[in-house]
Amino acid sequence: MAMVLLSVANVLWGSLDIPVRDVWSILCGEEVEGHPAWSIIVLQGRVPQMLTALLTGTALGTCGLLLQTAFRNPLAGPSILGIDSGANLGVAIVLLLLGGTASIGSLTLSGHFLVVVAAMVGALSIMALLMVLSRLLRSQVMLLITGVIISYVTGSIIQLLNYSATEQGVFSFVIWGMGNFASVGIERLPVFCTLSCLGLFLALLLIKPLDALLLGDRYAENLGIKIGRVRQMLLLVTGLLTATTTAFCGPISFIGLAVPHLARLSLGTSYHRVLMPATMLIGANLALICNLLSTLPRDGSIIPISVITPLIGAPVILHVILRVKN
Amino acid sequence: MIELQHLTVGYGDKAVLSDISQTLKAGQMVCLLGANGVGKSTILRTLAGFLPPLSGKVLINGRDLPSLSISERSKAVSVVLTERVEVPYMKVTDLVGMGRSPYTGFFGTLDKEDKDIVGEAIEMVGITALAERTIDTLSDGERQKALLAKALAQQTPIILLDEPTAFLDFHAKVSILRLMLRLVHETNKTIFLSTHDVEMAIQLSDALWIVQDGKIQAGTTESLTKSGTLQRFLQAEGISYDEEERTISIIT
Repeated sequence: MAMVLLSVANVLWGSLDIPVRDVWSILCGEEVEGHPAWSIIVLQGRVPQMLTALLTGTALGTCGLLLQTAFRNPLAGPSILGIDSGANLGVAIVLLLLGGTASIGSLTLSGHFLVVVAAMVGALSIMALLMVLSRLLRSQVMLLITGVIISYVTGSIIQLLNYSATEQGVFSFVIWGMGNFASVGIERLPVFCTLSCLGLFLALLLIKPLDALLLGDRYAENLGIKIGRVRQMLLLVTGLLTATTTAFCGPISFIGLAVPHLARLSLGTSYHRVLMPATMLIGANLALICNLLSTLPRDGSIIPISVITPLIGAPVILHVILRVKN
Repeated sequence: MIELQHLTVGYGDKAVLSDISQTLKAGQMVCLLGANGVGKSTILRTLAGFLPPLSGKVLINGRDLPSLSISERSKAVSVVLTERVEVPYMKVTDLVGMGRSPYTGFFGTLDKEDKDIVGEAIEMVGITALAERTIDTLSDGERQKALLAKALAQQTPIILLDEPTAFLDFHAKVSILRLMLRLVHETNKTIFLSTHDVEMAIQLSDALWIVQDGKIQAGTTESLTKSGTLQRFLQAEGISYDEEERTISIIT
């Protein structure tokens, strides 16, 4: 219900004031007299942006939930573990090294597909590395520190790439890095939807094994779960979801980490068959709220998403840390 | 029933215990005794199917363990491990319900029959009053009982427990051992557990396996006393074993 309201609100409000009645008539297929640009703004701007925000929030929340269960760590999330910095690195290599002066906006579909593939390779490599390390590092804190180190290393490689890249390349990379639900646009929406829905569908298939994994690998295996195959699926799904959202919308931090906790707190359960749909819904809602907040200046400009998400995510993380400590 | 035929257990190519030929009968609680590091956990892990046998055979009701699929194995052997189970918001019924995983459908939803079995398992270990409590609010002893109920809900003929009495206070140790003894006699299951609580093991179990000097000696407390195995195992400065009373005392 909240999601429907927020979706509508996302279409109604934008950085430009368009009367509600006119938005409605545009959605009904009519054109508002004297404002032909409004149709384009609503249909090719706000609607795809709303869908992008909705799917990104869903994908990142789900991703965070999968990671928290897989690593049995309440502070796991795509950004904290450095998985999205792996995707960043992939994108940086394509944009700064291979793409040269090509900006994201001017990339063709195949070019954009390349960005997704690069992000995917980056995210999957980091996930694989973390999976190997998580067997060696029993301590939860060590794994988080590893994630931070990975972020630093990829960060420094990206800096190096930035240093040697062209001004245009650096600019487009920085803009991309701020996070933006508008960057998908109507023409890339089908690809984005397909990839993220595929990832979400695969995540739903993992509900039962994830429940068993809550007890630990050995218990799960004893309950008839094929641990090796489940781990590979987790690797693939989290890689796909992180890579897709990161490649299209830029690195969006904290949503993946915070949303599963909001779901657990509000429902008081750890069962994935309840928790996963709830995480998806809350993730979608939270991203829609962030998208609304980003249009707050009302002067035609927008606040980057990556400015807003930490403000919402940080208090949730603090709450979790304090709970773990007790 | 589990039959071990010339079984060698270990990791990689490093054998920890070799050429074990023993049998675990149905309707018995058998305690595995031995000092730290002699390979108690290695045996348990091999019998649970977590480790492949290096050589020899493990036959579960006549079927070779490695030839069973993961799903078949989950219906043959259940485990209670030493690792701590900590899941936020998980209630006792939820934890015990996890034991139904081998039998539930794609999303793991419990039907009426599953719920009845879960309720029964909780009742059997005597924690019905705690059923709706979350597991982080339980004492160590209550938590072990909940895990035992999970194993019961899994409806396997064999339950393996790795040091289930460690970390428990005295009363809880006695309580869980007596409970398991009653269960094997009522349900005709096999319960095989490792423990360091030697005195309780020799007083309560149906049979003992003693691991010493790379060998396993099995038998009842009586037969192992008669053969002198128990005395050799307990022989140390300052410990005396009363064969009649089955008690261990410390010489002061």
